[in-house]
Amino acid sequence: MPVYDGKELRIIGFLCNWCSYAGADTAGVGRFQQPTDLRIIKVPCSGRIDPLFILKAFQGGADGVLVSGCHPRDCHYAEGNYYARRRLELLKRFLPVTGIDPDRFEYTWVSASEAPRWQHVVQTFTDRIHKLGPSPLLAAPLTDAEMAKLQSQVEAGSGCGCHK
Amino acid sequence: MRIGVFVCHCGSNIAGTVDCEKVAAAAKDFPDVVYSDDTMYACSEPGQQGIIEAVKEHKLTGVVVASCSPRMHEPTFRRAVERAGLNKYMFEMANIREHVSWVGKDKELNTNKAIDLVMIAAEKLRRDKPLISKKFDINKRVLIIGGGVAGIQAALDCADGGLEVVLVEKTTSIGGKMAKLDKTFPTVDCSSCVLGPKMVDVAQNPNITLHTYSEIEEVGGYVGNFEIKVKKKATFVDWEKCTGCGLCMEKCPSKKSFDYFNEGIGTTTAINIPFPQAIPKKAKIDADFCRKFTKGKCGVCAKICPTKAIDFEMKDEIITENVGAIITATGYDLFDFKKYAEYGAGKYPDVITSMQYERLMSASGPTTGHIKRPSDGKEPKNIVFIQCVGSRDKSVNRPYCSGFCCMYTAKQAILTKDHIPDSQSYVFYMDIRSPGKSYDEFVRRGIEEYGTEYIRGRVAMVYPVGDKLIVRGADTLAGSQVEVEADLVVLAVGAESAVGAPQLAETLRISYDTYGFYMESHPKLKPVETNTAGVYLAGACQGPKDIPASVGQGSAAAAKVLALFSKDQLESDPQTALVNAARCIGCYKCVETCPFGAIKEIEDRFGNAKAEVIETICQGCGLCSVTCPQSAIQLQHFTDNQILSEVKALCPSMMEKS
Repeated sequence: MPVYDGKELRIIGFLCNWCSYAGADTAGVGRFQQPTDLRIIKVPCSGRIDPLFILKAFQGGADGVLVSGCHPRDCHYAEGNYYARRRLELLKRFLPVTGIDPDRFEYTWVSASEAPRWQHVVQTFTDRIHKLGPSPLLAAPLTDAEMAKLQSQVEAGSGCGCHK
Repeated sequence: MRIGVFVCHCGSNIAGTVDCEKVAAAAKDFPDVVYSDDTMYACSEPGQQGIIEAVKEHKLTGVVVASCSPRMHEPTFRRAVERAGLNKYMFEMANIREHVSWVGKDKELNTNKAIDLVMIAAEKLRRDKPLISKKFDINKRVLIIGGGVAGIQAALDCADGGLEVVLVEKTTSIGGKMAKLDKTFPTVDCSSCVLGPKMVDVAQNPNITLHTYSEIEEVGGYVGNFEIKVKKKATFVDWEKCTGCGLCMEKCPSKKSFDYFNEGIGTTTAINIPFPQAIPKKAKIDADFCRKFTKGKCGVCAKICPTKAIDFEMKDEIITENVGAIITATGYDLFDFKKYAEYGAGKYPDVITSMQYERLMSASGPTTGHIKRPSDGKEPKNIVFIQCVGSRDKSVNRPYCSGFCCMYTAKQAILTKDHIPDSQSYVFYMDIRSPGKSYDEFVRRGIEEYGTEYIRGRVAMVYPVGDKLIVRGADTLAGSQVEVEADLVVLAVGAESAVGAPQLAETLRISYDTYGFYMESHPKLKPVETNTAGVYLAGACQGPKDIPASVGQGSAAAAKVLALFSKDQLESDPQTALVNAARCIGCYKCVETCPFGAIKEIEDRFGNAKAEVIETICQGCGLCSVTCPQSAIQLQHFTDNQILSEVKALCPSMMEKS
């Protein structure tokens, strides 16, 4: 399903089940209005999030990726979010290397009771992504012709052109 | 695979801002979806029946329900799917209410978002596998943390139900805040007369093991099999020998020790029994004030003790208790009134907290029930009560209402008139909150029969003139400034989370809110459960509560534990990690990472090092899946492939689009 042209951008959220997903629920119950761009994928713990998931999202054309878990020290699994914090911080610093604007990625902590905070996080992150606009790197899918050219380059041994 | 999609209208909750027919129609085009329909209330009896019939009629092998949050109704629909003859894990939910219809206004955008969410649910479902629960034995003992009235009630109910109970209390005696109260509203019952017999019952019940002056050090294990390390703090008195005779208190020369039980009104001895009805009635040395500890010599108590119970060498001790469930009843603490400098709190001796006033009125208190003001011991005639000290005040980060202050102030004003008939009480209030049974009548009685004068408005400042205190505030109903000359000012301090509550929550792996109160699993439907299986809540640790509510929740938590223990075995959640032995290289990174020790090192039949998950211990966090360099260990129901398929559905890669 494409995002709504001109109205929405493609923002993916990975939320832990116990705090942030529940916090987003609490925000819903309290009718804390938010922009509609965000699509939430539920994971048991922020520590379940492989940085690969985030890179794959960007590779697939995501304009922004948001991760939210339990506040440090308040993890349902005792220490999952500490692992998450290390991995995600590393990813954030690594993103420029991949050509992805690190501002398109954010991680945060929202507890199950923090409905207003969740609303604020969604609003500010969505605003930020809208300010950045559609992801320039991979916004337009390659055409068949471009794809075929790439394919032939690879077969000819010169690689994709990124690595000389 | 044959997937059926059911899009719920939830009356107008969803259908109001989401075009449910359009969502159902769009779902028909998703891979493997063979049936799609919208329904008025999916969770209702006919709604569930509709799902079951559709499964049978269309030979569905998986079901997606797009409705409310899975945190709300996932178990409901899993049961329905199971009744239809499918494995209950062949089911996914799309949250189009809390995450869509309730937070977005634009119907077009909402509908589009709902279609996306249904799509990723279906994509995940395509990769779901049937999962079977394992069974494991439960240890039918229960740990109750906190010996206030909620914990006492829970302990007695569990013990009456035949369970072995371990009750751990932080201070030397059970009783909690209620033991400090003089009388209780709205019946003006004597608090210790109501609570005392229950405390004695705890001491005498053979099913209850009591650890007072103890704290929870460590919690390991999981529902059914927790291993608890309890720290028994050193009392410097051998309680096996102590008879509670109180001779040591008579002779102790350090008579200026801070009296915690009496909230610092009056003093006590360094070795003390906190109050006459204490359970257990045993002495403890307060090392901060004891001359033996502060100056190195004294030991009068050791000489005088008829049973030679004093042991200055005593050390903290760690004991282990194995239990199957935990009830947390750690209560609350009082707001530090010193933060209200404008009321002279902590500066003028005659500005006191409501709890201190309670001790002044109590017959077992330092003044044996005669109300005397702390500065000069005179009987006060004009008493001003100020409400909402640390409640409903954003400036001190306490925006919530503590709920019971209005009522205890009404009670204290009534009791003041009983104690000193020629006195006059004034209450500065914001609103009177008296929603309980017979509560409002009680407040009216205070006003009409006891002449309590209520002034609606905040107090601006309290300042001394001579031996009086001038309370200046606004009367917002009259629209004027008022000044009251008071002999004593009582601040109705609000409740805040108990000292150390967040740390204990982290030990127990339960959630707490911004203010440190513990989070219930669902604010309406699961007020006693936490998000951690086998851990329950009772009393004010969850939020400010009065005595009847705390007792009620204590009993409710006990009922939950009794229900849990009515079975001999529990079913484990099968959403656990699973090792693909063919890919596992035996690096054991997962073993190091697992917070629960749920992965063990084994050898396969060729002697190769492999990892293996102990299913009943695994909690399903998935930390190991991310750590594994081989992607050999996968969290079932949340595998890499499943999450990636969701990502891919939302962000189709360039390759596939072209």
